Amino acid sequence: MSARSRLLVCAAVLGTLHLSVACGGFLAPYDPAAQDREHPYAPPMRPHFVDTQGQIHLRPFFYAQALRTGSFEEYAENRATAIPVKFFVSGAPYRVLGLLPLRVHLFGGGVPIFLLGSDAYGRDLLSRVLFGGQVSLLAGLIGAGLTLSIGLCIGAVAGFWGGWKDEVLMRVAELFLALPWIYLLFAMRAFLPLTVPPLQAFLLVVMVLGAVGWARPARIVRGIVLSAKERDFVRAARGFGASDAYLLRRHILPQTASVVLTQAAILVPHFVLAEMTLSFLGLGVPEPVASWGNMLAALQHYNVLVSYWWMYLPALVMVPFFLGYLVLASLLHGSYGTSKIE
Amino acid sequence: MSCAPGSDVSERKARLGRIGALLAAISGCALAIQATGPFPTHANVQEELLRVAGEIGRPGGRVVIALRSEPKTLNPLIAADGASREVISAMQADLVHINRATQLTEPALAKSWKVSPDGLQYTLTLRRGLKFSDGQPVDVEDVLFTFRVYLDEAVHATQRDLLIVDGKPIVVRKVDAQTVAFTLAKPYGVGERLFDGLAILSRHLLETAYKEGKLAQAGGLGTAPNQWAGLGAFRLKEYVAGQRLVLERNPYYWKTDERGNRLPYLDEIVFLFVPSADAQVVRFQSGETDIISRLGAENFSVLSRQARNYRMADAGPGLEYNFLFFNLNELGEKAPAEMTRKQSWFHSEKFRQAVSLAIDREAIVRLVYQGRGAALWGPVTPGNPRWVNATIAHPARSLDTSRQLLTDAGFKLTGGESGEPRLVDADGKSVEFSIVTSASNADRAKMAGLIQDDLKQLGMRVQVVPLELRSLIDRVTQTKEYDACVLGIASYDADPNSDLNVWLSSGGMHLWNPSEKRPATDWEAEIDRLMEQQLTVTNTAQRKKLYDRVQEILAERQPMIFLASPDVLVGAKTSIGNFHPAVLEPYVLWNVEQLYQRNGAENARQ
Repeated sequence: MSARSRLLVCAAVLGTLHLSVACGGFLAPYDPAAQDREHPYAPPMRPHFVDTQGQIHLRPFFYAQALRTGSFEEYAENRATAIPVKFFVSGAPYRVLGLLPLRVHLFGGGVPIFLLGSDAYGRDLLSRVLFGGQVSLLAGLIGAGLTLSIGLCIGAVAGFWGGWKDEVLMRVAELFLALPWIYLLFAMRAFLPLTVPPLQAFLLVVMVLGAVGWARPARIVRGIVLSAKERDFVRAARGFGASDAYLLRRHILPQTASVVLTQAAILVPHFVLAEMTLSFLGLGVPEPVASWGNMLAALQHYNVLVSYWWMYLPALVMVPFFLGYLVLASLLHGSYGTSKIE
Repeated sequence: MSCAPGSDVSERKARLGRIGALLAAISGCALAIQATGPFPTHANVQEELLRVAGEIGRPGGRVVIALRSEPKTLNPLIAADGASREVISAMQADLVHINRATQLTEPALAKSWKVSPDGLQYTLTLRRGLKFSDGQPVDVEDVLFTFRVYLDEAVHATQRDLLIVDGKPIVVRKVDAQTVAFTLAKPYGVGERLFDGLAILSRHLLETAYKEGKLAQAGGLGTAPNQWAGLGAFRLKEYVAGQRLVLERNPYYWKTDERGNRLPYLDEIVFLFVPSADAQVVRFQSGETDIISRLGAENFSVLSRQARNYRMADAGPGLEYNFLFFNLNELGEKAPAEMTRKQSWFHSEKFRQAVSLAIDREAIVRLVYQGRGAALWGPVTPGNPRWVNATIAHPARSLDTSRQLLTDAGFKLTGGESGEPRLVDADGKSVEFSIVTSASNADRAKMAGLIQDDLKQLGMRVQVVPLELRSLIDRVTQTKEYDACVLGIASYDADPNSDLNVWLSSGGMHLWNPSEKRPATDWEAEIDRLMEQQLTVTNTAQRKKLYDRVQEILAERQPMIFLASPDVLVGAKTSIGNFHPAVLEPYVLWNVEQLYQRNGAENARQ
């Protein structure tokens, strides 16, 4: 497979993963905050195709689960009645990409179906993983976008004009590199009012992530700009009277494209992880809004750790995403990293 | 409130601003100090040991227990934190003791006591031949010294408030070499329970420090073992900062088993400092510790599932009650407009009743306590059958009634933009507030999560804010910057007096509006009156009647919305004998002198 087609496959896989999270409302059977108090810590339910009589069904079905009498953690399947899965059912309202209001869900049934199990409040983990992914991935994407924009601007200014601007900007960048960002966030959180609505909390996390991360890309961009501005064709263009803005736009910044793309592929998972860390510590998106980080926060309790293996699933879900991004980064680096920059 | 995992405020016990208790300044009583020397010899005195019932154990061995935090002090005068009190309870003894299992008083250092018919004078007779853990004999002078110290304002003893009734301190007087008389200004409702928890101090070790005004500094953890003595079953052996505190057997202890063997059985108790609940579970599971208490229901079931060489016990409903309360403080003109608006909702009784009716207590018991607890509609838990008011209604959850109450109170339910119900007040402002809760207490955080969802169905937008416990207490009692709060209190005794500081409007733990200068409402004034009245009534039936009325008022006015009470859950290795957990603190160590290792000393870990 050529490098280009490998890149395309990787991008397609990542695209599909993101699309499925973006359409989480449709794929998720329930409202991620809806509590089903009859089913706390319900284990994942298995879809069946063969019933107790040995008959094969094309339409998968489930057996209802209920807590054993007298127990608060052991579930038993009721095999007496099979509950077939229904597709394209109407359920909890949601918005596709935050805009289009819909009620139709891919699947549902007569009983609560917990494909990935449920949490302490009996909330469906599949729905929470999908909706939580929207928060975590969006934080990663916006954070990376913000970081790269700031980094690109500062790196270009420092590299292109040099002199005292370069000195000042790079020293500030070093300062930011040395900042322990997690403590910075603790400090910022302490200054804010007691309660921060979920949307604000989310924006805050993204802004902080974006604002503290720009130093690295800025230094890389500066290096490229520094070498690019001395190239012959840039000098020639300058000789023909091209303005600084034109030179930057037409000749210099395009040189940084490969680095910026590679950086983006590295930074997105980095920021997703940062958002997860913050929410895990209770500084990010507040309950009952789901994010991968605050879902994993349940694992801070020993009893959850040893009793309910499906609570680890949010950690597992991020693996294909991170793998995808890292493969993408290395393919980008390989395909145009070396050939075009040097 | 409960200390520990579940108990935020247990430290309050010590600070109880009880009005109550009498006593005259002992310093005023001229008491002859024996001129024969500080320590008269009692070589020939026959020891009057207390024989206690229970399984006959084997001497030797040791028990290892984890404490959530390091004790701050060994000095019973200033101990306020749960860890210190737990350790001190094994090292000190009182004149009359409340048996944690029966919840009744029984003789301790005093072998008997008499109450005068008017209830104003208690005459206590000490056991003969008592010795401190360093071998020095105990006499009446030690008792007099102890009460002089407790009552001295300069000492700031945490128990001092207990000994003042009607503003007058209890008067303590020596009758003869074995007898002390306590005279009260008014009859005292709790009777001889008053003496429980008042450790008798060693005059020979502490008098110098007292005279120099340095008593509060005495008994730090760094104290040399030979400089500290008590009358408890164990005495100080070793302290390693950040790691452990080791107590050893007190050879002069004044109790024996039924065969006349001197107690305690164990040679040592080791307290390990293990800061998190989960780490304590792991240590217990791996066999590093022998006893675990203050367990959450979920960890309890993890341990029960895998029990091998240990057994878990559900001692039944405890005295801890958890509740939701709103900020009803008078914040004055400086309060932000938003807070004033929120308070106008909180002050509405109908609003509070509506919230109470919307809360699914049964779900709290199931999901938070895994069924090991009880739903509550008042502060007295089923673990305290003697004082609970059984006539208080237990209304079932009803969202319809809640909505009706809210409508009556001027609120309106409207459809929000996404079709979700939204509650607005008379001015059309959306009802949104936050509930603060302790971040370290998983149970209460979970309760708040359930309440959040319950109230969402009434159209209220609630945010749950987990805070570090200290800053939470600070917000509630000092800065008063909060909307609502979920907290718990674990009474240290079944008697209503243990929560005096919570119900009196002047009390520091009157959480919804602490330390009021005068009662803010008529019903708070009535509670004050009833609580003060029950303090001085000696007839139990009459006191119960008064306290029943207090419970009724609380249930009706809902300054606190009572939620649920957890069972006392503990565990111990099967090798530990006489393991009989009680629902009163210290849950497992209350009979520490009788605990023993079945395998004796040979199996004790080194």
